[in-house]
Amino acid sequence: MSLVEADTRAGAAVAAGAQPRRRPPVRKLILNLISVVIGIGLWWGFSLAGHDIPAPPAVLTRAGELIADGTLAADVLASLTRVLAGFLLGVALAVPVGFLMGWYAPVRALVEPWIQFFRTIPPLAIIPLAIVLMGIEETPKIFVIFLASFLSCVIATLQGVVGVDRTLINAARVLGANDRIIFGRVVIPASSPFILVGMRVGLGSSWATLVAAELIAAQQGLGYRMQSAQLYYDLPTIFVGLITIGVLGLGMDRILLLAEKRLTSWQETR
Amino acid sequence: MISIEHVRKVFPLNGREFVALGDVSLELAGNEFVTVVGPSGCGKTTLMNILAGLETPSSGRALVNGAPVTGPGPERGVIFQQYALFPWLTVRENVEFGLRNKGVPKAERRRIADHFIELVGLGKFAGALPKTLSGGMRQRVAIARAYAVNPSILLMDEPFGAVDAMTRVRLQEQLLATWDREKRTILFITHDVDEAVFLANRVVVMAAHPGRIAEIVDVGLPYPRTDEIRLSPAFTALRNRVWSAVHHQEPVP
Repeated sequence: MSLVEADTRAGAAVAAGAQPRRRPPVRKLILNLISVVIGIGLWWGFSLAGHDIPAPPAVLTRAGELIADGTLAADVLASLTRVLAGFLLGVALAVPVGFLMGWYAPVRALVEPWIQFFRTIPPLAIIPLAIVLMGIEETPKIFVIFLASFLSCVIATLQGVVGVDRTLINAARVLGANDRIIFGRVVIPASSPFILVGMRVGLGSSWATLVAAELIAAQQGLGYRMQSAQLYYDLPTIFVGLITIGVLGLGMDRILLLAEKRLTSWQETR
Repeated sequence: MISIEHVRKVFPLNGREFVALGDVSLELAGNEFVTVVGPSGCGKTTLMNILAGLETPSSGRALVNGAPVTGPGPERGVIFQQYALFPWLTVRENVEFGLRNKGVPKAERRRIADHFIELVGLGKFAGALPKTLSGGMRQRVAIARAYAVNPSILLMDEPFGAVDAMTRVRLQEQLLATWDREKRTILFITHDVDEAVFLANRVVVMAAHPGRIAEIVDVGLPYPRTDEIRLSPAFTALRNRVWSAVHHQEPVP
């Protein structure tokens, strides 16, 4: 096979949808691992240098204890339930509201001032009000998380719908599409990348809000566990809580990222 | 077939009125290939959008087959300058889009789509996403998509404006070959004088401020248009005539 032939074949592979610029995944994974090792090394270094933080083995031991007596699993379950409930409710409402706002100018004019107003209030600042109005059960916690994810996601969805290329809508119209078809087959797919970004941002704010929500009047949950550990100066437990939240948040974000890759692989720039 | 009667289109622009089209009248016969050429701002795209039913004239009217245009219709296919392919659909799904809207059954849809994908020479790429195609290939998908719904009229807005010169010549030849096999009435907008003369039965030269028809040139060269025709003195003479009409326009009387 001549060089030219090889070149043509490579070209054909590109045309067939292969992504030549992506680095080999193994190398990326190795760099990721090195980064983690360096991070833990720095942490250990700080601990040995006499700073007042627990060393990794102490945290690991504590994690083992918390896993063994079931505390960690119960806390994770409680926190995950709250995050997922709030997050999913928020997204479930944000997507249709964002679509309606982007599609119907009057709806946008009616709803947008309130969304912009509540966006300037950190969801945490709603907690006192939520507790007074909704009691100290699950409702206020889920509500605050819901609010955080709703506000992030609704704006992204709105941006997506407003940003849909006019030409694509015109192209659909001249191909005989009515409003319903344009909505379902053009507007929704065209704004899906924005919605997914909104969901990821919303998930981030959900986690951020969770811990604060649990600091108040919770009997279980990662935030509560850290709060009570603080009273006893139990630093390893706080570290276990922090790392667990980080790992869970990262894991959920990866799942969304995977969904994003699958759903929006048609995009030109990646 | 197509009849444009005293169409005027005015847009508001910075608090003033911008006359995109001032009293334009034009008739197209069935299966005629008419190109529209003119400087930017002469309202050629506005004219096309009015025929497509995407814009309404401020006064006057556009008739297609005797009926006034009130919106997009299945008898009019449109090919946009920016291809306007749905990037999340494969080539075949793009071509099937209009057929789906018409309620054509799945198997039939696929048969028709494959026929037109083959016609524009993209048979191997039916399952590919638009992002993997070159500009010229994308434009051919757009042509196949417009043809698939079987419109009797094709409105094309500078469809080859964004492709390189070599590809453009090939696309022109392919378009004529396709038109020869599947006759349509075509209104083709371009800013390229050579392209306008090479493709058309008639060239409509437009002028700007306000947008209006400056001159209509009958081409009268035989089809199929070959390289010999492109290089013939007759072609050059017509090309020069259209060129002068476009580039030496007198200001508004």
